[in-house]
Amino acid sequence: MSTLKILVVDDEPGIRSGISRILRNFKVDYPFMDEAFEFEVIEASTGEAGIDIIESNQPDILLLDNKLPGIQGIEVLEYIKKKQKNIIVVMITSYASLELAVKATSDGAYDFIPKPFTPQELKSSIENITKRVFLKKMTNSLQDTGKQIRFTFLSVLSHELKAPLNAIEGYLKMIRERQSGPKLEDYDVMIDRSLDRIKGMRHLILDLLDLTRVESGKAKRNITDVDLVMVARTAMDTMRPYAIQRDVKLNLHSQGPVVIAADAEEMEIIFNNLISNAIKYNRDGGSVDFTIVLNGSWMEIKVVDSGIGMTPAEIEKIFDDFVRIKNDKTKNITGSGLGLSIVKKLIDNYAGKIEVSSIPDQGSTFNVRLPIDKPCL
Amino acid sequence: MKPGDITILIVDDDQDYLFQLQAKVHQFGFKTITAESQQEAEKLIEKTKPDLAILDLMMENEDSGFILCYKMKKKYPDVPIIIATGVAAETGINFDINDENNRKWIKADRFLDKGIRKERLKEEIDNLLLKNNS
Repeated sequence: MSTLKILVVDDEPGIRSGISRILRNFKVDYPFMDEAFEFEVIEASTGEAGIDIIESNQPDILLLDNKLPGIQGIEVLEYIKKKQKNIIVVMITSYASLELAVKATSDGAYDFIPKPFTPQELKSSIENITKRVFLKKMTNSLQDTGKQIRFTFLSVLSHELKAPLNAIEGYLKMIRERQSGPKLEDYDVMIDRSLDRIKGMRHLILDLLDLTRVESGKAKRNITDVDLVMVARTAMDTMRPYAIQRDVKLNLHSQGPVVIAADAEEMEIIFNNLISNAIKYNRDGGSVDFTIVLNGSWMEIKVVDSGIGMTPAEIEKIFDDFVRIKNDKTKNITGSGLGLSIVKKLIDNYAGKIEVSSIPDQGSTFNVRLPIDKPCL
Repeated sequence: MKPGDITILIVDDDQDYLFQLQAKVHQFGFKTITAESQQEAEKLIEKTKPDLAILDLMMENEDSGFILCYKMKKKYPDVPIIIATGVAAETGINFDINDENNRKWIKADRFLDKGIRKERLKEEIDNLLLKNNS
C-alpha cells in the first residue's frame, strides 16, 4: 500500500473538511498496478500557507481553489511551474471563466473540478490522477533501468577496448626499452601478440557495428525472399579457411532452396556467428553439421558441433553482452563476447527462438526456429 | 629477505598483461608464480604460499578477484594483496570499490590501476613487504 499526499488549498473550512472526509477511507486499486494507493489529506486555508507546505512537505496532488484571500490560486500554480515541482494540480473553482481555464491549463493544471462537487466527482478525478502518478513513476523507473543497462554496457565495452590497447602499449614499451636485448627477432612473440590483439579489436568493432544495426532497428531492413541454404553456403565458404586450419569438417545437410521472407544480411550475421562459433569451440579434426528444414510454419535451423561443449551454468550466460566462457579449454580462443547476443537479438526481432543443448567435451547444438508467416515483426 | 627469495603470485586472465607484469616483477628481482584464472589460482595456493599477490578483478566472473582475495586472506591472513583494475568503471558494475564497507569486506591491501608506472608499482610492493616484515 502506498500513500499519496493531497494538499487542499481552499479558504472555506467546509470544503477542506469535506474533502478530508471523502478521501479518508478511499483506496485506488487497479489490476495493472502492483499496489493499492490511499490518501493523506493536508489542509491549507491560504495560498501562502499552501506554498509553505509545498516547500516543507511536498504533496503529490494539489487541489487548488482559485479565489483565495491573499494570493490567488493561479499564482500558486505559477509558483509550482517556476519551481518545477512535480505536483499534479487540480483546480476546484465555482466560476471558472474561459480565460482562467486557459491560463491555468497553460500553467500546468491537470484537471478542473467544479464547485460544488459530489463525492463521486471528486473520487473519480482522484482515481484518474492516481493512475497517472502510478504510470509516471513506472516510466521513470523504467527509464532509469534503461540508463543502467546502457551504463553497464558502456563500462564493459570500455574495458574490452582498453584491454587490447594496454597489451599493445605494454609490448611497445618493452620493445622500446630493448628489454630482450638488441636483436629484433627476440621481440617476434611480442609483435605477433600485438597483431593478434589488434585483430581481436577489429572483430570487436565489426561486432559492435552489427549490434548497432540490430538495435537501431527494423526500419532499415530490406525484406526479400531469401534462400537460407544459399546464405548457409556463403557463410560456410567464408569460414572454410578457418575450418581447414582447425581441420574441422563443415557439412551442409540441406539441398534448398528453402525460402523465407527476411533481410539477407541479417540472416548472414546469424549464420556467420553460429558457424564461426561451431568451428572456434570445436576440437581439431571435429565437424560441424548444418541443417535447414521447413517444418510446418517454422523454419528450423540446426548447427551441431563436436566441440568442447558447455555446462548448464555456462549456457545460461552465453546470450548476454560481452559474455565469454572462460575456462582452461577456451583459454586460447578469442572473441568479442557479442556474437551470440547479436544472434539472439536478431532472432527476437523475427519472433523466433533459439535453444541450446550441450554436453561438455562432446559438443553443442544450437536450434533456431523462425516463423515463416510473420517475419517482419 | 633478499628480493630473490620473495615469490609474488600474479593472477590475470589476459595472457599479455600477465606476461608483461611478470616481466616487470622479474626486473625488480622477485620470483613469480602465475595463474590465468581464479580457479587456477585457488589450486596453486593450496600448495604454495606466496609472499605477495597481485590479482586481476574481472576474470571468469566480474568479481573473481574479490572472491580470490577473500579466500587468500582466509588461508594466508599475512600475505599482502594488491588488486589491479583496468578501468575505474569496471569496478562500478557491482559495487563501489572506494566504499569503506566494501573495502572492509574485500580486505585487499591496495587497489592499483593497471596502467601504473613501473617505479610506483615497485614502491607499492616494497612498502607492503616492508610493513609485513616489521
